[in-house]
Amino acid sequence: MAIKLLLENDHIEGIRYYDTYRKHGGYRAAEKALKMAPADIVEEVKKSGLRGRGGAGFPTGMKWSFLAKPEGVPRHLVCNADESEPGTFKDRYLMEFHPHLFIEGLLISSFALGSNNTYVYIRGEYAWIPDILNQAIAEAKQNGWLGKNIQGTGFDCEIVVHRGAGAYICGEETALIESLEGKRGNPRMKPPFPAIQGVWMRPTVVNNVETLAAIVPIINMGGDEYAKIGVGRSTGSKLLSVCGNVNKPGVYEIDMTISVEEFIYSDEYCGGIPNGKKLKACIPGGSSVPIVPANLLFKTAKGETRIMNYESLSDGGFATGTMMGSGGFIVLDEDQCVVRHTMTLARFYNHESCGQCSPCREGTGWMYKILKNIEYGKGKMSDIDLLWDIQRRIEGNTICPLGDAAAWPVAAAIRHFRDEFEWHVKNPEESQTRNFGLAHYADPRPIPASA
Amino acid sequence: MTIKFSQEKLNEVKELIACYPEGKQKSALIPLLHVAQDEFGGWLDAPVMDYVAELLHIQPIEVYEVATFYSMFNTKPVGKHLLEVCRTGPCMLNGSDQIIEYIKQKLDIKEGETTADGLFTLKPAECLGACGYAPMMQLGKFYREHLTKEKVDQLIDELRAKEKN
Repeated sequence: MAIKLLLENDHIEGIRYYDTYRKHGGYRAAEKALKMAPADIVEEVKKSGLRGRGGAGFPTGMKWSFLAKPEGVPRHLVCNADESEPGTFKDRYLMEFHPHLFIEGLLISSFALGSNNTYVYIRGEYAWIPDILNQAIAEAKQNGWLGKNIQGTGFDCEIVVHRGAGAYICGEETALIESLEGKRGNPRMKPPFPAIQGVWMRPTVVNNVETLAAIVPIINMGGDEYAKIGVGRSTGSKLLSVCGNVNKPGVYEIDMTISVEEFIYSDEYCGGIPNGKKLKACIPGGSSVPIVPANLLFKTAKGETRIMNYESLSDGGFATGTMMGSGGFIVLDEDQCVVRHTMTLARFYNHESCGQCSPCREGTGWMYKILKNIEYGKGKMSDIDLLWDIQRRIEGNTICPLGDAAAWPVAAAIRHFRDEFEWHVKNPEESQTRNFGLAHYADPRPIPASA
Repeated sequence: MTIKFSQEKLNEVKELIACYPEGKQKSALIPLLHVAQDEFGGWLDAPVMDYVAELLHIQPIEVYEVATFYSMFNTKPVGKHLLEVCRTGPCMLNGSDQIIEYIKQKLDIKEGETTADGLFTLKPAECLGACGYAPMMQLGKFYREHLTKEKVDQLIDELRAKEKN
């Protein structure tokens, strides 16, 4: 049975507006939290085991406890709403359709961290969403949930929605901070970490939209109860945004105990692959995480059923596993070309590299050019090894993880689909008109009847 | 054209600057550049950027380096309607290449070019966060999703008709 914590009220018309949200239990968590000591809220979040939903999966409670609290220096909570990872569109869904849930989470978190001025850094392309958020903020303010002396507690909080202008790199927290200061989005060297010196050199916590929304059910049910949902260190619910070749693309909430196979084929979620086609490959956590062929997606290398959670998806490391990442679930059917898909991702990372570190600035460009050559029938066999060599020299050699994010998809594509690259080189003309197909990495099992 | 905001816009600018701590008015730079780009013809000419620098009491170079970094700021003139079609992975899987090809033929322009009448510019874009509703494009403030050739026809007809009225 699917558990719904964030999208519980998804079916209710008008949940975007304050009155409806309040009528359905909205701001109950805020009521409760404002009576608690801020340190106790942090403690509940620690107990919940909540891990950052932006992609890295760092424990939120721990991140909060690192926040420096020097006398007389303002602290800030900054929400990372710069959702830009290809395949990911869950934060957009939350902000667009559940703005009050998001604002309630922001308010509780601001109170817990002592942030009187909280910023939401939203990607510039989501140009219509700031209006939705600002309307919800105005409604919350009218009802005494934001502004001065909130609900008589003496706590003041203002939320400012700040629009970016189209840069993937600004999803990296230090680049986001630079951008919020009105500069280019060049990531900073760490340390100092934002918890010590963040925006305007003040202590700062940067959290993803979904992470902050999850604070609401955590306070409502208590950290211990929240931690009971899920398995092991993958607690609570997770939003997944599904795209590519599935019957029902969209945003789904799961409790991290469901198997990958069920997630793809069940009618409750993806609803299988259109036109009865077979599954070829999948990128389960946003474009940066390794692509895996069908035969490694449903079962781990050890033959265990793969479950949609942090641990199970990464079982086998990069050799045979992948990552949960941001939850951008991209499905490729049998007619898709892995070389072309990887080429578009390489182009994306090349376009989005900030240019600060040479391995990333130069390497992403080389990878794109080489992949383009292979895709358009101008590749050499040695190009495949060259690609492998370049990605290896980018990974781990840059200030921020964009270098790794650019290297991993290329590495995984070569690791699992090398024969498809070789086929492109050997059949330059044929590869322009026909797809390589499924080969040995295809799903060997019959498709369940529900598909 | 004199580069100066109307009084109404100047009030908006003042409000934007007030969102940030005192002395940190540079934080309002990106929001201000959005306002300026919308106000002064859809792109940022040097005099416009100088004007924004003046409003924020910062050096013009600080504005130039930001304007050239972010892909939403156009530092060259663009057509009245900017068609930004996403072509990254998930959109590609759902046929964005064919949509881009179709627009190129239909408007007789290449990627990054503007039609002779100055109405349309085609700008292939990288992931815009609408992967589940692919293929898609950004047109002004809003997204157009689940694109087909028919929808592109309809959209372009609509925009042309609007221009005639």
